[in-house]
Amino acid sequence: MALATKVLEEQAPPAPISIQPRPPGKRRLRRLVPPLLCFVIVVGVWQGLSASLSNGRQFLLPPPWEVLTKGLLAHDAYSKILPALGRTTALALGGLAVAVALGLVTGTVLYRFRWLERATYPYLVAIQAIPILAIAPLMAVAFGYNFFAKGVIVVIIAFFPIPTSFLLGLKSVDRGLVDLFTLHRSGWLTRFRKLALPNALPQLFTGFRISAGLAVIGAIVGEQFFQAGQPGLGMLFIQYIDYVDYDQLYGCLIVSSLLGIAIYASFNYFSHRFFGSWHESAQP
Amino acid sequence: MPESAVAARSLLDVAAAVESPAGKGLAFEGVSLVYPDGTHALAPVDLTVAPGEFVSLVGPSGCGKSSLLRLASGLVEPTTGSIDVDRDQLGYVFQDPTLMPWRTVTANVELLAELHGLKKAERRRLASAAIDLVGLTGFESHLPARLSGGMKMRTSLARSLTMNPEVFLFDEPFGALDEISRGRLNDELSRLFSQRQFAGVFVTHSVQEAVYLSTRVVVMSPRPGRIAATFDVPLPVPRDPEMRFDPVFTDIAHHVSSVLREGS
Ligand SMILES: Nc1ncnc2c1ncn2[C@@H]1O[C@H](COP(=O)(O)OP(=O)(O)OP(=O)(O)O)[C@@H](O)[C@H]1O
Ligand SMILES: [Mg+2]
Repeated sequence: MALATKVLEEQAPPAPISIQPRPPGKRRLRRLVPPLLCFVIVVGVWQGLSASLSNGRQFLLPPPWEVLTKGLLAHDAYSKILPALGRTTALALGGLAVAVALGLVTGTVLYRFRWLERATYPYLVAIQAIPILAIAPLMAVAFGYNFFAKGVIVVIIAFFPIPTSFLLGLKSVDRGLVDLFTLHRSGWLTRFRKLALPNALPQLFTGFRISAGLAVIGAIVGEQFFQAGQPGLGMLFIQYIDYVDYDQLYGCLIVSSLLGIAIYASFNYFSHRFFGSWHESAQP
Repeated sequence: MPESAVAARSLLDVAAAVESPAGKGLAFEGVSLVYPDGTHALAPVDLTVAPGEFVSLVGPSGCGKSSLLRLASGLVEPTTGSIDVDRDQLGYVFQDPTLMPWRTVTANVELLAELHGLKKAERRRLASAAIDLVGLTGFESHLPARLSGGMKMRTSLARSLTMNPEVFLFDEPFGALDEISRGRLNDELSRLFSQRQFAGVFVTHSVQEAVYLSTRVVVMSPRPGRIAATFDVPLPVPRDPEMRFDPVFTDIAHHVSSVLREGS
């Protein structure tokens, strides 16, 4: 025994193995490399395409630098685009909020009354399939050319993913846990609050994310159709085409996709913050 | 014996009685089960498990062992026969840990007390006692995703312990674990049983585990399940790992195995 201890003591301490985790800053930097690379390629291809156009047609796709300077950074451009961005954002977020509220109620009711789900699901799908431009005129007649009509379009477009993803999450509860709640005689509300709802949150956030993107599209489509009131991004598009101001058209386009990305990314961020520790879909 | 000592002794007895529920155990009388799709899962079964008895069920896959536990718990209704058990005093440990992935170990263990409307402080006390008992101290604030399979099973066990059930049902709780974790959990369970004297029904595929834990081993026939044989295990509880080499132990294990082989 003593001998064994002795032998152990005489051995040189093992060299420290250096598997240190990479510092988080460095890791983040590495994660940024692929999208940055992609950005460079897209801008390169854009530049190449633009250069390959004959002189008379180059206005269709101005080179990136020109879009940046004339279409975005020029006072003439941003003084119009920024306020428009604000209005479109407000419209999209307002519509999204209504869609979320309606979607949550719908999802809960369909979860509570399963027969209602079977009865109404085909119509939920049908709402999603409505060709929105085809019914926009109808809405104009019904509500007039105003903010409300635009909002209705946003709600219709953004609605579908909310109740469906929510319902999916509510129903995908572990059978064993349901049995456990049954064994302990818990009522519907307890089951909903403590089991189904927390279980559904990650899926619900996936729904939010999809709806957010749709809401931006809905807002722009709505503005394009109802060219009334102060101009949002959608109306600017039409104006720029009318004025053959393609630099600013592209600038506007970039801003509107940045808006979509920003909303998507913020939901992504929250979903990761809240559920990353326990749900795969929320893992980075 | 001085009078004060007698008084102290009886107080101790009272404490022991509170710790170990008496209850009425579990009784099956002519219970059979045919599922709605026509599957005849269980032939008429008579089975009584008194408090302080630990009965293991072994039998071929699909012979209706899980069905028997589901019947006992009231999750399914019997086709014929009657079941006598106090369903408010029931603990049920499933084959999977069935934890809520968004809840920490403590919050998961507190669930049942929460469903029964106990106060926060009382829940905390019950949960931390149960966590202590299964040896998970130090992992209270971990989420299930960060636990090993054995630790998840311990959490599940701790959860069912909080309400101190009189009748305890186990459906192959350690089936997915490695030999060492399984052995350790078997010892803990045996200790727990000797302390609390509940009526235990334990489903397992391991003859060794069945004999080690039980006061009685019940062997079931292939579907529709009947009771093919019953063996008493006259070894003291809590069991000791050394008992696995006791001739009484090996003899019973041998007999159980041979009945199982004949049946299938
Ligand atoms: N809900 C159900 N509906 C119809 N048949 C079922 C249902 N649940 C189980 N069965 C059938 O009843 C029989 C007994 O099932 P049970 O789960 O009780 O077996 P088991 O003894 O626990 O098997 P194992 O050891 O594999 O877990 C099986 O043939 C199974 O297919
Ligand atoms: Mg089973």
